[in-house]
Amino acid sequence: MTASPAVVTGLGVIAANGVGAEEYWEASLAGKNAIGEVSAFDSSSYPIRLAGEARDFTGADHLPSRLTKQTDRATQMSLVATEWALADAGVEPETFRDYDMGVVTSSAAGGYGFGQAELQKLWGQGSEFVSVYQSYAWFYAVNTGQVSIRHGMRGSNSVLVGEQAGGLDAVAHARRNIRNDAATLMVTGGTETTLCPWGWVAHVADSRVSRKSQAHEAYLPFDVEASGHVPGEGGAILITENADTWRARGGGNVYGELAGHASTFDPPPESGRGSTLDRAVLNALADAGVTPDEVDVVFADAAGLPELDAAEARALTKIFGPSGVPVTAPKTMFGRLYGGGGPLDLATALLSIRHDTIPPTTNTQVRAADCASLDLVLGEPRRSEVRTALVIARGYGGFNAATVVRDHPH
Amino acid sequence: MNRRVVITGMGVTAPGGVGTDDYWKLISSGTSATRTISLFNADGYRSRIAAEVDFEPEFHGLTPLQIRRLDRGGQFALVCLREAIADSGIEIDEALAARTGVSIGSAIGASTSLDQEYSVVSDSGRDWLVGHTDVVPQLFEYMVPVRFASDIAWEAGAEGPATVISTGCTSGLDAVGYAFELIREGSADVMLAGATDAPITPITVACFDAIRATSPRNDDPEHASRPFDFDRDGFVLGEGAAVFVLETLESARRRGAHIYAEVSGFAGRSNAYHMTGLKPDGREMAEAIDAAMRQARVNAEDIDYINAHGSSTKQNDRHETAAFKRSLGDVAYHRPVSSLKSMLGHSLGAIGSIELAGCALAIEHDAVPPTANLETRDPECDLDYVPLTARDQPVNTVLSVGSGFGGFQSAVVLNSYRGEAA
Repeated sequence: MTASPAVVTGLGVIAANGVGAEEYWEASLAGKNAIGEVSAFDSSSYPIRLAGEARDFTGADHLPSRLTKQTDRATQMSLVATEWALADAGVEPETFRDYDMGVVTSSAAGGYGFGQAELQKLWGQGSEFVSVYQSYAWFYAVNTGQVSIRHGMRGSNSVLVGEQAGGLDAVAHARRNIRNDAATLMVTGGTETTLCPWGWVAHVADSRVSRKSQAHEAYLPFDVEASGHVPGEGGAILITENADTWRARGGGNVYGELAGHASTFDPPPESGRGSTLDRAVLNALADAGVTPDEVDVVFADAAGLPELDAAEARALTKIFGPSGVPVTAPKTMFGRLYGGGGPLDLATALLSIRHDTIPPTTNTQVRAADCASLDLVLGEPRRSEVRTALVIARGYGGFNAATVVRDHPH
Repeated sequence: MNRRVVITGMGVTAPGGVGTDDYWKLISSGTSATRTISLFNADGYRSRIAAEVDFEPEFHGLTPLQIRRLDRGGQFALVCLREAIADSGIEIDEALAARTGVSIGSAIGASTSLDQEYSVVSDSGRDWLVGHTDVVPQLFEYMVPVRFASDIAWEAGAEGPATVISTGCTSGLDAVGYAFELIREGSADVMLAGATDAPITPITVACFDAIRATSPRNDDPEHASRPFDFDRDGFVLGEGAAVFVLETLESARRRGAHIYAEVSGFAGRSNAYHMTGLKPDGREMAEAIDAAMRQARVNAEDIDYINAHGSSTKQNDRHETAAFKRSLGDVAYHRPVSSLKSMLGHSLGAIGSIELAGCALAIEHDAVPPTANLETRDPECDLDYVPLTARDQPVNTVLSVGSGFGGFQSAVVLNSYRGEAA
C-alpha cells in the first residue's frame, strides 16, 4: 500500500438549490431552501408532494441526443457532473495511461424513471414494445458503465448500493483503488433521481418520508417537530487522484484529501443493542489518524426522525462531548439524495475546507431535548477555520458510513 | 496489511437443486437444468426458456413474513447463508460481530417483485400516475434492494461493513472480490459474500428479447445453452444464489475450519467500449486476468482449470477465447476451459458467485465440470472446452472470469490450500 494519499481535485454538483459546485455553494451559504411541490409529474393525488427537484438541470442541454435517448435522468446527471468535475480538476482523460482511470459510483435505484416507461409498455402494450435500451438503462451499474465509456476509463470499476450510506462507501472504494495502486485517478460519487410516479409511490410506502405539506415544516432534523425527510434528486461526482501523480501532472486544483473511512451495520432493532454509528465514526477517525478534537465540523446524516436523530446526537456527544464540534446538515435545503447524498455532503465538506465556512442547517428551530447537546449551525453560515471534516451517512435498514476529509497543501 | 483470505463455508441455490451437494451433482454430471419457463406465462415472448430453481421457501425454513416481504432473490440468499454458516461452523459472537461484514452482489435487485407490483399499481399498464393505495409496505425496499445485504447481516449477526455490489453480470465475482479486499486490508476479519438474482420475470425476459440476446430454441430447452458450440443462438436466463464464508487464513486455522480454497487474486477492468458490445480482441478481460494472476502470484502454467464466462453468445465466446490466449499464451491451448452456464443458464449478477462455488468444488473433488451441449465446436473457438463429460484431474489453481453489460470484465483466482499443513 502506498503512503500517498487520495486527493480530491474536481467536483461536479447537481442539487435542487444549485447546479454546478459554485452555484450550489452560494445557495447553501444563503440558506436557499429549494424544497417544493414536485413538478416532474402531477403529484396532486399523492399523500406526499414535496421534493428537492433539480429544476435547473436538463440533460439535453449538455448531452447529445444519442445519449439522452438511451439513458435515465440519473445517468444524465452522472455524465454531466463527471464532465464538470473533470474540467474542474483540469484533467484530460486522453493523457492518462490505459487502466489508470476507473469509475466507482453509488446508486440506490438505478435508472428508475426509464424503467417505469418500459414497465408501462410491457404491461400496457406487450412485451414486444419494450425498448432495446431497457437491458442497460435501468440497472444499477449504468452510471459507472456510461461514464467509463464516455471517457475511456478502463480501470477497476464498481457500483455500490447502500441507500444513503452507499455513496460514502463508493468514494471509499475509489480511495482504496488509488491506495492499492489499481488506479491513479478515480471518478466517484453518485447521482440519483426517483422523481417519477413509480418512484414516488415507493417513497409513499417509506414511513421515513415526511407527510407535512409545507416546505419549511417537512424536513427539520433534530427539531421537536421532526417528522421525516423529503426526497431530493441530484448528487455529486468527485475526481480523486493519487497525490503523487496529481503533483506530477502539474498539481493545480485540490480540495483536500480522503483521509479516513469506516462503515458498520446495526443489529436488528429487537436486539435492543442499539446503533453502531459511534463505532463507524471512531474507526473512520482512527483510519484518518485524527483525534476527535481535531475535527472542525460534522456533516450529519440528519435523518429527521426523532429516534434516528437522537441516536446520531448520542453518538456525536459520546465522541466529541456536549457541543464539542459544530454540526450541520445543509441537505435540509434540497432533501435526501440516496446514492447521491453522501457524495454531495463530501463535496460540501470539501468546499467548507476551501472557504473556512460552515453552511447552515435550515428549517430546524426548536431543538428536541435529546439533541440539545449538539452545536448545530442553524440559519446562518458560520465562519471558522475548517481543516478536517467528518461526514456521516446512514442507509435504510441499519447501514452506517463515516468519512473524514481534510485539507491538503497546494 | 496483506492478509490471506480463505473460503470456509458455502451455500448454493441453483437450478437443479438447493444445496451444495445437489449443485455439484448437477454440474459434474453435465446435466442441463434449462426448461420451458414455468414462473410466469411466457407465451408470446421470443425466448420462453430458462434454468429455474425449484424453490419452496417454507421447506427451506423461511418464515411467512420473510416469504411475504422478501424478493425471491433475497430468499435465495438467506437460504444460502444458512447453509454457508452451518458448513463453516463459524460462530459469530458479539466480539466477532463488529469484525464481520457482508457483500452481496446482484445485477437487477428486486426486479421480480418490482415487475409484479408495477402491474398492480398501474392497473396493468393503464395508469401512468400509478396508484398509491395498493402499494405493498416494502415497495421502497424493492426499489433500493439493500435487504439483500441487511437480511444477511441480521441473520448472521454481522455488524461490520455491509453493502450490495451491483456491477451487472460481474456482480457475483465483484462482490467476492470486494470482500476479499476488505479482509485483506484489515477492514473485516470475516465476510459473508456472494450474490443472488431472480431475473426470470416478464420485464427481464422482454428486455433481452428486444436485443435478441437470449436463445429462441424454445422447442429444445435442454440444449439451448451451448457455449462455444457452432449452433448456439444466445444465452439462456437462469436464477439462483451462492454465499460464502470468507475469513482470514489465520482465523480459519485457529479454529481448525475446513478450507475449500484460498481467494488469492481479484481484478476488474472495463472495456469502455459499448454498454452491450465486446471488442473481439478480449484485451480488457486479458488485463483483468493478468492483474488477478499477478496478485495471486501464479503463472499461466499454474492454472489447472479456467472457469469461463461462457454465456453462449457468439460475441462472448470469441471474446473470451481471445482473452485467454492473450493472457496465458500457448498454455491456454493445454488447459481445460468450461462453462457452467451450459447447465445453469445465466443468472446475471448471481452466476459469478455460483460459478466460484463450482470452482471451489472442482478443487475439493479434483474434477473439472464440463461444458454441456458442446457438440460442434465453433471453429473460431479453438481451446479445450471439456465437452459433455467431467474430467477427473488434479485441480489446485482455478481462474474464473466474468463479463457483462457496462463493459465490466472481472477475474478471480482460487488456490487449493491442501499441502500446506497447519
